[in-house]
Amino acid sequence: MISIANWFSQVASITLVNLRTVTERKGSALTAAVGIAGVVLVLIGVLSIAEGFRHAMRATGADDVALVLRTGADTEMTSGLQREETRVIADAPGLARDDNGALASPELFVIINLPKRSTGTDANVPMRGVGPSARAVRANVKLEQGRWFEPGRNEVVVGAGAARAFAGTDVGHTIKLGTHEWLVVGVFSAGGGAAESEIWTDAAVLQPAYHRGDTYQSVLARLSSTGSFQAFKDALTSNPRLSVKVLRQSEFFAEQSTFLTNFIRGIGFFIAFMMALGAFFAALNTMYGAVAARVREIATLRALGFGTFAVIVSVLLESLVVAIIGGASGAVIAYLAFNGYQATTMNWQTFSQVAFAFRVTPSLMIQAIVWASIIGLLGGLFPAIHAARTPIATALRET
Amino acid sequence: MSTTDGVLVRVKEVDKVFRRGSEEIHVLTGLNLEVKAGEFLALMGPSGSGKSTLLNLIGGLDRATRGTVEIGGDRVDQMSDHALSGWRARHIGLVFQFYNLLPVLTAERNVELPLLLTHLSKAERRKHVEVALGMVGLSHRTRHYPRQMSGGEQQRVGIARAIVTDPTILLCDEPTGDLDRKSGDEILALLQALSRDHGKTIVMVTHDPHASARASRTVYLNKGQLFSENPG
Repeated sequence: MISIANWFSQVASITLVNLRTVTERKGSALTAAVGIAGVVLVLIGVLSIAEGFRHAMRATGADDVALVLRTGADTEMTSGLQREETRVIADAPGLARDDNGALASPELFVIINLPKRSTGTDANVPMRGVGPSARAVRANVKLEQGRWFEPGRNEVVVGAGAARAFAGTDVGHTIKLGTHEWLVVGVFSAGGGAAESEIWTDAAVLQPAYHRGDTYQSVLARLSSTGSFQAFKDALTSNPRLSVKVLRQSEFFAEQSTFLTNFIRGIGFFIAFMMALGAFFAALNTMYGAVAARVREIATLRALGFGTFAVIVSVLLESLVVAIIGGASGAVIAYLAFNGYQATTMNWQTFSQVAFAFRVTPSLMIQAIVWASIIGLLGGLFPAIHAARTPIATALRET
Repeated sequence: MSTTDGVLVRVKEVDKVFRRGSEEIHVLTGLNLEVKAGEFLALMGPSGSGKSTLLNLIGGLDRATRGTVEIGGDRVDQMSDHALSGWRARHIGLVFQFYNLLPVLTAERNVELPLLLTHLSKAERRKHVEVALGMVGLSHRTRHYPRQMSGGEQQRVGIARAIVTDPTILLCDEPTGDLDRKSGDEILALLQALSRDHGKTIVMVTHDPHASARASRTVYLNKGQLFSENPG
């Protein structure tokens, strides 16, 4: 009885022979490897957009920050709250407090048009009017350049992503919107989150500029702890003076990013699948070529007593090695080409641009190499079976 | 391996039919053959007479349409493909007309291939390879690749590969068919020595009377039938 070690020795020997002959078929092997690299490049490229967007949205959301909207509103765009309501919300239990009171920021949200630096075409940019506690509520907001706006004045601070993406947002510039002019006084970061795509000003100044009267659209509030969310939510939803929905900020942004993330991923997988079909046939062709070129060698090995299964596994391993080399090359190229690439896209929930960076994560690269391996294995399977099933006597006659 | 009356190979009432579309080609018909242990048998006949087919049946590389093939008491015709692979590795040494060496392996690695199917350690394998290459007079060419060797040398590597596991029987398919007369003579002398000095049972397919003259017995195949004398 041939032992397992012996079987591995068989597989290793034939595989070694196969791999040593790859250079004799470098044209077809290169075609397969490049095809697979292309699939991986596109797959990672597209998925890194989804990953970057998801990261931007996730980085915005915190578990210990709550967002209050009007009942029935899915986004801040469709929400509305009166000043009195925002006061009741700020008085609710479960909120963190400082010397000035509860850390709750009543905010409103308008969409403005600014030209993109890259194309010069106008794009929707979210402009947010925030309350005095806005920075205390958001732990990751940091001033990067200039100063914060002064309450009561037509001054804005621009998120770092927006500053990179849109023209006329440099510190010292003035943004003209209708009859109003806004002086850019600073640039802030928000840990790579969606807030970096926004332009902030004092809510009390933005309200009259956009004829919003004394209304807001949301209240963003910092909880005293992650666990106090339920108490805060219950207090608001059971209050007969309010008709609001309460969400953790993390849940809200996860929901916000779902559609676009899934959309991008869907497109990514579709394109990659179509390309994978092509790469599959390239791998198939390579391996059929490899088997055809060595039909007599394989038959000789089988005639000497090497098992059918060992032959199949060795051909699959060769195909796998070609695929992994192609896949790994594609992944490295994708990392170098896409990782950190700055872009903006439309957030369809708010109809405004979100600035984000493509993210080629290790898990994305592994995922793509797994896909490459599957393509390689499938491409090698049929030639391997063909090699193993051709009658030895017939194959030995091949020249 | 057991023998009955000293007979190692017993082929009985064997038919071999190939199908080409709807056409049936009868290559062997009711063929009987016995080969004694230690015998050096030459199988002669014109092209297409079924010599190689018969050799393949004895070596378990092909299956008879009808009849039995028994080698040392083992019914080759009844074995599964998997069992046949193992059986070939233990009992059959194959020598091919075009050597069938793996071009990417050195002489010693080519010779070592059948030993990878045994339980021998690396050191033991190396020892066996040295002995086999020494027997064919190629101790000085162990690290050479097939492309660096002449046809005669390549065939000697092929013979070393065939004998390295000390198989029960050597099956040689036109072993001198691709060689010049001088190299062919050297190969035949080597096979003769293996039979005479080491008691190897050899079945050799050839169409060369010069080659068959080295064998201890010659049988002739013509139109699927076996003759003890050349039917002309």
